[in-house]
Amino acid sequence: MARTAAKHPAVKRTEAPKRTRLLIATRKGLWTLTTDGARRTWKLAGPQFLGNIVHHAMLDPRDGKTLLVAARTGHLGPTVFRSTDNGRTWKEAVTPPAFDAGSGRVVDHTFWLTPGHASQPGVWFAGTSPQGLFRSDDGGANWKGVAGFNAHPQRKAWCGGDQDGTPDGPKLHSILVDPRDAAHMYISMSSGGTFESNDGGADWHPLNQGVRADFQPNPDLEYGHDPHCVRFAAGNPDRLYMQNHCGLFRLDRPATRWTDIGTGMPKAVGYVGFPMVPHPHDPNSAWIFPMDGTDVWPRISPGGKPAAYRTRDGGKTWKRQADGMPKSQAWWTVKRQAMTVDRFPVAGVYFGTTSGEVWGTRDEGRSWKCLAAHLPHIYAIESV
Amino acid sequence: MNHRVAIPSPLRSYCAGAATVTVACAGDSPSLRDVLAALESDYPGIRFRMLDEQGHLRPHIKVFVAADVERDLAVRVPPGADIMIVAALSGG
Repeated sequence: MARTAAKHPAVKRTEAPKRTRLLIATRKGLWTLTTDGARRTWKLAGPQFLGNIVHHAMLDPRDGKTLLVAARTGHLGPTVFRSTDNGRTWKEAVTPPAFDAGSGRVVDHTFWLTPGHASQPGVWFAGTSPQGLFRSDDGGANWKGVAGFNAHPQRKAWCGGDQDGTPDGPKLHSILVDPRDAAHMYISMSSGGTFESNDGGADWHPLNQGVRADFQPNPDLEYGHDPHCVRFAAGNPDRLYMQNHCGLFRLDRPATRWTDIGTGMPKAVGYVGFPMVPHPHDPNSAWIFPMDGTDVWPRISPGGKPAAYRTRDGGKTWKRQADGMPKSQAWWTVKRQAMTVDRFPVAGVYFGTTSGEVWGTRDEGRSWKCLAAHLPHIYAIESV
Repeated sequence: MNHRVAIPSPLRSYCAGAATVTVACAGDSPSLRDVLAALESDYPGIRFRMLDEQGHLRPHIKVFVAADVERDLAVRVPPGADIMIVAALSGG
């Protein structure tokens, strides 16, 4: 469908923010790294929620002060913590995301948090493991399942069983709300594929043409794919970038067939990875962080040599960016939510590793520096 | 009938840090489900951390009624019996 560009905020290079704060969600709690406009020195603070498995932490850009944290512990059930004063004080959600009683389904953890449309203050969406979509209308205090997805007659066919999927549990992630139209949304699932709704989540349809599913007997499927991360291009919600289990893809709406953009990657590195991070201002530019998806899927940097790759031409070509990173014997990788960008005119890019290090660049990847070390396994980083 | 409930450390934030609380249930022999409902009534939010949305104890939570481990929430709690909630020892 056509959505007018006039509704969409103009793409422009913003002025440099006065500071950047990274929300670092880890297997053992939440930390923050803060810097000023120069981005030369960083201050680490935390932990909050020590001992909690924090899968995601997100700031509400609509008010600049509401923070949500998706957490659970090894023993206790999943919940959401919320702050309305930028993290100084916290309260637990009154009704955390949970499937309907009698459905037989149980939320293991809330995995993904997305603030709703700018015109709908207080609305948030959450994606869970196993795959479920939830909505809050009161800033994260109370959550209800989105019946249009959770009770969709095709949901089980799309997703498979609740025990299927990734080693850490099947997930619903990459909840994208079109900034021009609150009713237009995308979700992605590992596994399940990418789906679109044009009616605020009342109904969904698969959107996976052209995406490979090499792990299926019939690789040309309507659904059942494994997108790892899907994001809007900067300033252009008609362009989506996808890091998939089976490659890299781009979709330019209104087309419905994804384009393979992984062919420009070196064969020795491959096109497998978790994060997909578009540039904050340039719709043709994005970063990925490849991992080893060969053999038994070690899920580490290929050859122990970590590197980001950047495209400036919509995925036709990719350039290795590793200056400052270890040149060998570095066996970590980066999870799908653990790489982000800030909003500076010359973008900073940040990632957190499975070994608890935070790395960053303030020159769009030309040089990288370790900003923090010795943290727990990092699940997610958001720049706010 | 009142029942004393021992709270494990991961759940004490719901009870202002108390290691043991006392809950009141109607009748002399409530079900374990009734006791946990009374606990939720006094300490909102605690139940969902122990029980999933289908009403089952979460895998790493154990509940002792007197000296016996119980996973059946329909079991009757003898008059005055103590309840002990345990976050199971597991992992490495």
